Amino acid sequence: MAQITLKSLAHSYASHPVGPEDYAIREMDHVWQQGGAYALLGPSGCGKSTLLNIISGLLTPSDGQVMFDDQVVNELPPEARNIAQVFQFPVVYDTMTVYDNLAFPLRNVGTPETKVRERVSEVAAILDLASLLKRKARNLTADEKQKVSMGRGLVRDDVSAILFDEPLTVIDPQLKWKLRRKLKEIHERFNITMIYVTHDQLEASTFADKIAVMYEGQVVQFGTPRELFETPAHTFVGYFIGSPGMNFIEIARTDGGARAGTVDLSLPPAMLDVLHQTRSRNLKLGIRPEFVEITDAPGGDTYEVKIEMTQDLGTYRIVSFTFAGETLRARVAEGQPQPERIAHVRFPETQLNLYIDEFRVEVGK
Amino acid sequence: MNKVQNNRAWLLILPMLLLVAFSAIIPLMTVVNYSVQDVFDAHTRFFTGTEWFEAILNDRSLQAALLRQFAFSFTILAIEVPLGIGIALLMPKRGWQASTVLILITLPLLIPWNVVGSIWQLFTRGDIGLMGVGIRELGYAYNITRNPTDAWATIILMDVWHWTPLIALLCYSGLRAIPDAYYQAARIDRASRWAVFRYIQLPKLTNVLVIGVLLRFMHSFMIYAEPFVLTGGGPGSSTTFLSQTLTTMAIGQRDLGPSAAFSLIYFLVILLVCWVFYTAIMNSQKDATPQGEA
Repeated sequence: MAQITLKSLAHSYASHPVGPEDYAIREMDHVWQQGGAYALLGPSGCGKSTLLNIISGLLTPSDGQVMFDDQVVNELPPEARNIAQVFQFPVVYDTMTVYDNLAFPLRNVGTPETKVRERVSEVAAILDLASLLKRKARNLTADEKQKVSMGRGLVRDDVSAILFDEPLTVIDPQLKWKLRRKLKEIHERFNITMIYVTHDQLEASTFADKIAVMYEGQVVQFGTPRELFETPAHTFVGYFIGSPGMNFIEIARTDGGARAGTVDLSLPPAMLDVLHQTRSRNLKLGIRPEFVEITDAPGGDTYEVKIEMTQDLGTYRIVSFTFAGETLRARVAEGQPQPERIAHVRFPETQLNLYIDEFRVEVGK
Repeated sequence: MNKVQNNRAWLLILPMLLLVAFSAIIPLMTVVNYSVQDVFDAHTRFFTGTEWFEAILNDRSLQAALLRQFAFSFTILAIEVPLGIGIALLMPKRGWQASTVLILITLPLLIPWNVVGSIWQLFTRGDIGLMGVGIRELGYAYNITRNPTDAWATIILMDVWHWTPLIALLCYSGLRAIPDAYYQAARIDRASRWAVFRYIQLPKLTNVLVIGVLLRFMHSFMIYAEPFVLTGGGPGSSTTFLSQTLTTMAIGQRDLGPSAAFSLIYFLVILLVCWVFYTAIMNSQKDATPQGEA
């Protein structure tokens, strides 16, 4: 049982890191609460596996501290950390039976055989492995193997957290959801902190209560799936979460207003205030395609756009259009009428997000 | 889809068949032919049936040579396999050290057999050889031409020096192929160093070890040039192995019939032992309960 705290943690694989680009993990503070189900979401190479290996102790961070409750564990090897890790490719001990695989972590610390038998059969029952116990692990299918490697983490009653490093990569799609549900079940049953690394937003949001989105070695947002969708804290989150991702419009200040390309924008006064207080030139507006409204009649707050393409995806359509020189997308429900070539779009004020230097700025109403 | 029946396709394997015929089938059949006949000259020959085979199997000196051969092969396997695995485990994994060690280890493998014999012949000489003189300086009357034990120990040492690198290289490549995740998982499972070897490294080495053991067995069972150059089979016949016995019989005494029968038995013994090795190792990988609940 432990709360995992990362305190001004940073890690570089270079021996003499100079700039921030030398860091796989840029300085961060983060707390994983005891018993939470978390996902660590990000594209390949964003540092999520590095972060996971630092937590499990396979890597020693170059700066900062990893704390389990109040104990600094930087120097503790993985075997002393009471942590289990499930890897991308299932790791099983080929020559052992499933039973011996599950018993392995217990026998390594000299657990009495009666206790081993009790724990193994309990865990095997939960993971539906009971009928496979006598089989050699090498002959199992990928998803069975992955369950065995998960089981090796669960049999230990001293485990305070299980880390998953893209565990469903090699699993057939139709089995993925089954395993994911199993994970969820296990999380509810045992009071274990689980951190799940993935690059798949669907996997992350079905598994986790809270998701940490990583980008270029930083956690750019930590929130519920809903928060990530509605108020992405960073342009990357907006782009990465949702399908298609958020629309971004580069804007520039004008005297008393703002424009995108050659189009003058009508923005809420509070947003204009913020815009005129900053000195940055990296300004963007973000709006989810779900919230863009398309009509055929011009109104007071609409902009005229040219429709480029419409993709029909069954229950909804994705409409691509050009606005101020950039291609934006709108998600339109099936059956809703849609103009042919020239259309008028409205960006509802409440759904507009302002990004300064790629980070979202809260605008008062 | 319609399957076309066209037996002319068989003609495509004709070149391969010819090649194998000339490289293996015809020479082997010649040997079979000799083994059942007594040939006096090009025009005079008698059919002997299984006579030669019976004679060979009952020959005391050949039985002794066969026993020596098995003793030799199993001794060097028992030393080279564990030693090779041990060296592979100790070899550096990356950087210039890895390349340097690899080259140093490989060197003995690059030396031709008879040169190996000559090197060791000089090396072990009591008057000028480094090892020969060195051991005598230590107070032991080392002499491979007089003392059968010395001769045996030296031949085994020579073979270990020459061929352990092969096992080490095979194991090294096998070890490099194990993904890091296995070692990481083992650390998280708190496995001891021995458990890592026993349950991760050794199982992953099985396939290269099958190759290594088979190669080394066949090689050592047919060993000829090195002991021939080093000891000439002596002292007495204490280091006369099968291939040397066969050569003496076939080339030295021109006993074509008996040596042909001998060759065939020799060949079958190697085949049989290799099959036993292979089956034993492969069976050890199978499920303990193949009919287990699926």
